[in-house]
Amino acid sequence: MKSVLGDRKTIAILLGPALLVYTLVILVPVVWSFGYTFFKGNALEGFEFNGINNFTRLFTDPDVQAALGFTVKYALLLTILQVVFGYGLALLYTFVLKKSSAIIRTLVFFPVVVPTVAIALLYQKLFQSAPKDGLVNELLVNVGLGSVDWLGSGTTAFIVIVIMDVWRSMGFYGVLLYTGLLDIPEDIIESARIDGARGFSLFKNIVLPMSLPILYSSIIFSINGTIKVFDSVFALTGGGPGNETTPLTLYMYRTAFAFSDYGYGSTIALVLSIMCLIVTALIFRGARRDNTI
Amino acid sequence: MTTAPRSRRLRRPVVAALAAVGIGTMILSGCAAGGSSSEPTKLTYLKNTENTNTEPVFNELAENQCKTENTALPLEVSSIPQADLDSQIQLLASQNALPVMFAAAGTPAEGAKLDKAGKLLNFETELEKLGVLDDIEPAAISTIKNLYGGNFNFLPFQFNIEGIFYNKTMFAERGIEEPQTYDELVEVASQFEADGITPFTASGEQGWPITRLISSYLFRDLGPDALQKVADGDAKLTDPEYVAAAQAIADLGAAGYFDDNIASLDIDSSYNELLTGKAAMMYMGTWFLESANDPEKNTVGVDNIGFMPFPAVEGGKGSIDQYPANVGLPQTFGADTYTPKVADWLKCITENYGQVSLEQSGAISGFKSKEPVTDLPALTVDVQDRIAGSTESVLWFEALFNAKAGQDSSKNASLLVTGQLTPEDFMKLLQTDLDAG
Repeated sequence: MKSVLGDRKTIAILLGPALLVYTLVILVPVVWSFGYTFFKGNALEGFEFNGINNFTRLFTDPDVQAALGFTVKYALLLTILQVVFGYGLALLYTFVLKKSSAIIRTLVFFPVVVPTVAIALLYQKLFQSAPKDGLVNELLVNVGLGSVDWLGSGTTAFIVIVIMDVWRSMGFYGVLLYTGLLDIPEDIIESARIDGARGFSLFKNIVLPMSLPILYSSIIFSINGTIKVFDSVFALTGGGPGNETTPLTLYMYRTAFAFSDYGYGSTIALVLSIMCLIVTALIFRGARRDNTI
Repeated sequence: MTTAPRSRRLRRPVVAALAAVGIGTMILSGCAAGGSSSEPTKLTYLKNTENTNTEPVFNELAENQCKTENTALPLEVSSIPQADLDSQIQLLASQNALPVMFAAAGTPAEGAKLDKAGKLLNFETELEKLGVLDDIEPAAISTIKNLYGGNFNFLPFQFNIEGIFYNKTMFAERGIEEPQTYDELVEVASQFEADGITPFTASGEQGWPITRLISSYLFRDLGPDALQKVADGDAKLTDPEYVAAAQAIADLGAAGYFDDNIASLDIDSSYNELLTGKAAMMYMGTWFLESANDPEKNTVGVDNIGFMPFPAVEGGKGSIDQYPANVGLPQTFGADTYTPKVADWLKCITENYGQVSLEQSGAISGFKSKEPVTDLPALTVDVQDRIAGSTESVLWFEALFNAKAGQDSSKNASLLVTGQLTPEDFMKLLQTDLDAG
């Protein structure tokens, strides 16, 4: 095996096709997109050189600041909630339901495989306020509270997006973290129990430290997914009301394709890429530091 | 294993590299070239989902008047939401993959761009060749030329004026006459509000039914060139007299004169509020005639819906008989897919659309009707008379805006009337978009 992998030709044959596809599908569009950041225009009207104007515009554009603020707020909150709820589910599967958890796992995982648009439509109906109240408003009215226009204000629309996305994704994190918990050797837990560890102390001293690697993976998955949120927001609120629930991805899409400015859209895409890069680097750095303890 | 001659070792990577470059070039060229505009085998028609007027007329034409053309080139209709239309059309245009016929130009500026890029058919030339140019109302051609870059590049499947539709019985029961001034309109609204009836229904989800009220106020107050001045840079939306218009409409919202939960109300539900007697008034274009004339949708009675112009603003420079005029969200034909079979369809449409549209739903288009249509609903006749009697028209709020200002205007209108955005901030947002170009 060592002799095979020591042969450069073999390495080239094994890696070449994947590297070629990666280059064509990822690197070329990234470089191409970076090139657009110095231009203004679109495929229909043509492009003209715009210097660094797209970059200076970034700092004065209130929409970018609002979209960035929404993206960061959404990514942080959703990452915390997804991982915490997912971890809670994983603990439930492992230590409470044990072998009978299969049906619960399947049910909780089910929203993960349902198309986002279908879920968004479902939530639109659940939180509907006009022309008729949806289920949530009906409940509120029945307990003596007033009807709320959930998708009609930025704050409540944000709450609905978060509830929907947590519901949609916690099953995935539940299963991901469950596999991590299954990897904790049973004899270690047994030894801890013999030593008197019970309940929270067992969790704090044994389960949590031993599931940290998979927790890190979950956080990386989650934050990189949430920072690039697009489909759920697009389908549920369209970024509205106003631009109150518009993440950077949606603003980038609109700038490029609806406002016909590929250059500025690419500049926003670059900001998003840098954000993802920074977050990934920070998380990996943190994970590495932890491993050296 | 690694003792092959040096020349052979070198040749293989070179061949592999060349192959990789070749494959890459093919893939990239495939991406870059996009689709081709080969001869169409169907009359593909992409329209906005919100447009429910044209498809029934086209189906009727395909089955009867244009049956021969439909056999040669079958009609195929598809729809996408209006909010996604401009981006979809632009994407298709950049790939040379536009449908034969399509709706376009959420804002006139986008329509002018398509025309400038040579993507649209010049109907003045082509209809002249087909000998059917006279079948189009000159006023409709003039409106299109004024809006979309100077050419007759869109077809007037609708020819609308805009104003306020109202429930005649509700007005009569209270002894209310059509308000002539804005103050009277507000007074009327307060009476309905006191009686527990929604004075104005408007779709906040769409937004533009609200911004139309702002532009109407502006045209009445500052004159028909109010928004042209903004487009020319001679005035700004943040000027106090412009902010006053946004303030007037925000005040309607603050007084509770719009629907509850207006921000989430879609356009069909808004129509429904008026047509089922839950609301007293609705600002809308005359494309609404199709719904108002439909007894299944209009449960308050086809004869019970009236139409009046937006009233005058006291001391204002505008006149009550200056109606906003447009051709709806316009539809056009692609220049690259225009073949003899498409031309046959175009000729048949031009000759018959006006007649079928008027007969089928009482909807007024910019196509002349071959024979006089009798038994039209009174509302349609009233609107026809108003169009005939109107000497000057005005535009709508977003007509001269760029795409971003147009979208921000519609998306933020509901925030304005629900008090979540001040009139100053609303106008500032739009002016910033306009200044960005």
